[in-house]
Amino acid sequence: MSNSKFILGVYEEEDILLLAIKNVRAAGVKIHEVYSPFPVHGIDDVLGYKRSKLSIAAFMFGLLGTSLALTLQVGMMGFDWPMIIGGKDFIPYPSFVPVIFELTVLLAAYGMCFTFFIISDLKPWAKPRIFDLRITDDKHVMAIDLDKNHLDVGKLDKLLKDSGASEVNQKNFDDV
Amino acid sequence: MTTVEERYDFSAKAKKNLFVTIGTGILITVLGIVLMSTDGHHEDVAHDAEHGFSWVNRLAVDIWINNIYFTGLAIVGVFFFALQYAAQAGWSASIKRIPLAFGNWLPYAGVLMLISFFAFGHDIFHWTHHDLYDINSHDFDSIINNKKGYFYWPLSEHPSVPVFFIGRMLLFFGLWYYLFHKLRNLAFKEDLEGGTAAWYKMRKLSAAFLVIFAVSSSVAGWDWVMSIDTHWFSTMFGWYVFASWWVTTLALITFIVIILKEKGLLSIVNQNHIHDLGKFVFAFSVFWTYIWFSQFLLIYYANIPEETIYFVERWRNDQYGTIFFVNLFLNFVFPFLLLMPRDAKRHSAILKVVTPIVIFGHWIDFYLMITPGTLKANGGYGLVEFGTMLVYGGAFLYVVLNSLSKAPLFAKNDPMLQESLHHHV
Repeated sequence: MSNSKFILGVYEEEDILLLAIKNVRAAGVKIHEVYSPFPVHGIDDVLGYKRSKLSIAAFMFGLLGTSLALTLQVGMMGFDWPMIIGGKDFIPYPSFVPVIFELTVLLAAYGMCFTFFIISDLKPWAKPRIFDLRITDDKHVMAIDLDKNHLDVGKLDKLLKDSGASEVNQKNFDDV
Repeated sequence: MTTVEERYDFSAKAKKNLFVTIGTGILITVLGIVLMSTDGHHEDVAHDAEHGFSWVNRLAVDIWINNIYFTGLAIVGVFFFALQYAAQAGWSASIKRIPLAFGNWLPYAGVLMLISFFAFGHDIFHWTHHDLYDINSHDFDSIINNKKGYFYWPLSEHPSVPVFFIGRMLLFFGLWYYLFHKLRNLAFKEDLEGGTAAWYKMRKLSAAFLVIFAVSSSVAGWDWVMSIDTHWFSTMFGWYVFASWWVTTLALITFIVIILKEKGLLSIVNQNHIHDLGKFVFAFSVFWTYIWFSQFLLIYYANIPEETIYFVERWRNDQYGTIFFVNLFLNFVFPFLLLMPRDAKRHSAILKVVTPIVIFGHWIDFYLMITPGTLKANGGYGLVEFGTMLVYGGAFLYVVLNSLSKAPLFAKNDPMLQESLHHHV
């Protein structure tokens, strides 16, 4: 990723933004990303985002936790150092349930969290691309990657203005 | 978005179907009784020579299971309704009328429960036997005698009628019906007058109802279910009964909403409302399991004989051992795995399979709470259980659907209706 050029539409209201996304996509423009200071209901639907597969990862990590907890307890209590506790069997499954539950939840939560960090490229040393500082305050910004759209800047500018953008800016990044 | 008033039409065909269900139930019950009194009777008597066992005992116990189960559906329907007001929930404005209609079963439930208690009380509740409290009697039971006040107060000297027990039953049904009646009237008044006055009144009333219900549902669980195993006690039992009632009611609400939606009614209910109901069924199936397991694990781990007897009778028992695990599969494993994906909760196809499983599964749960303590080795599952379930189920649905058809399916003047229309998750 080097020397990428973006054209940015700045929007004031989320209703206008949602309508604008629809219109811009209908005109055949690929939207790079939309930034908003707060969650906007229905924005992933109009952007056409597919459902995240994060929950599948969470389920898998949960299963891993379940099997880890079972292996741990059966191995220790059943084979490594069998002990009679409360007159129970060496492998009393009901007593294992709290640990199974805890490890399942722990691994599902941590696994999901770190999967999310990795797929979102979130790391302490990451250099974020800041398109417009006002997206943390009161403006919504729609970013369009010029390299991926074969439209000239003038036409895009008009399209964004027509869709309700209060201003249209350009932003270049020459990061790695 | 505009809303047109919608009404459920309780058609003659639907009525006929329910009457056929009730009739079939009666037939199956009678058939079961006939088979029981001719077949296998001699075998059963040998097990329990002290108390002569006959089909009357089994019928009594089955009727009691249905009394508890359907009373729960009725009162927890009102609880759901009240909860929406107390929590100021907006999403549910489109479906609130369905749980409210469940409450119409309350007067029937109360009458049936009183009659059953007077008719079959001795077959169900061991503590109703007078010689348990007579110190000169061979059957004197000091543990039950110490609990005498809980049933017979203030007539503890020469107990004849369990005044305190029956008083509580009357009080609970009275309070529940009174509050349900007031809530329903306010809801219908809102339909005619509009405005927010009714909503604020209902919120106040709901808060009062929740406090009363919190206490009364627990005590009802001890009275009507836990006192069957008179020696045994569990501090979790009230919640356990409530958890079972609550998830059954949620499943039934979901099921009825889906069926009405398929009939083209409830047009204001969209996938997001279905999703929320699905999440409720999923979450409270897990909640029920949590309560069930919390009760089980402590007893299992502590291993005190007076406590473990409850699970010895149910788990380590040829008669109920299988159904003990069936209960866990139907009420935990199935809803947990089937309702885990998001799509399963948003689309009615899977919910239409899972909710009946949960509704039936919790009938099994109440069966397991009540039967082993009353019938001991004479219990079973067969035609009588199935038949009585059909009779009660048919009657309950008749009352609920009949009252549902008497009013619009959603409140057009509900201040929360706009929020519900724009609900998005």
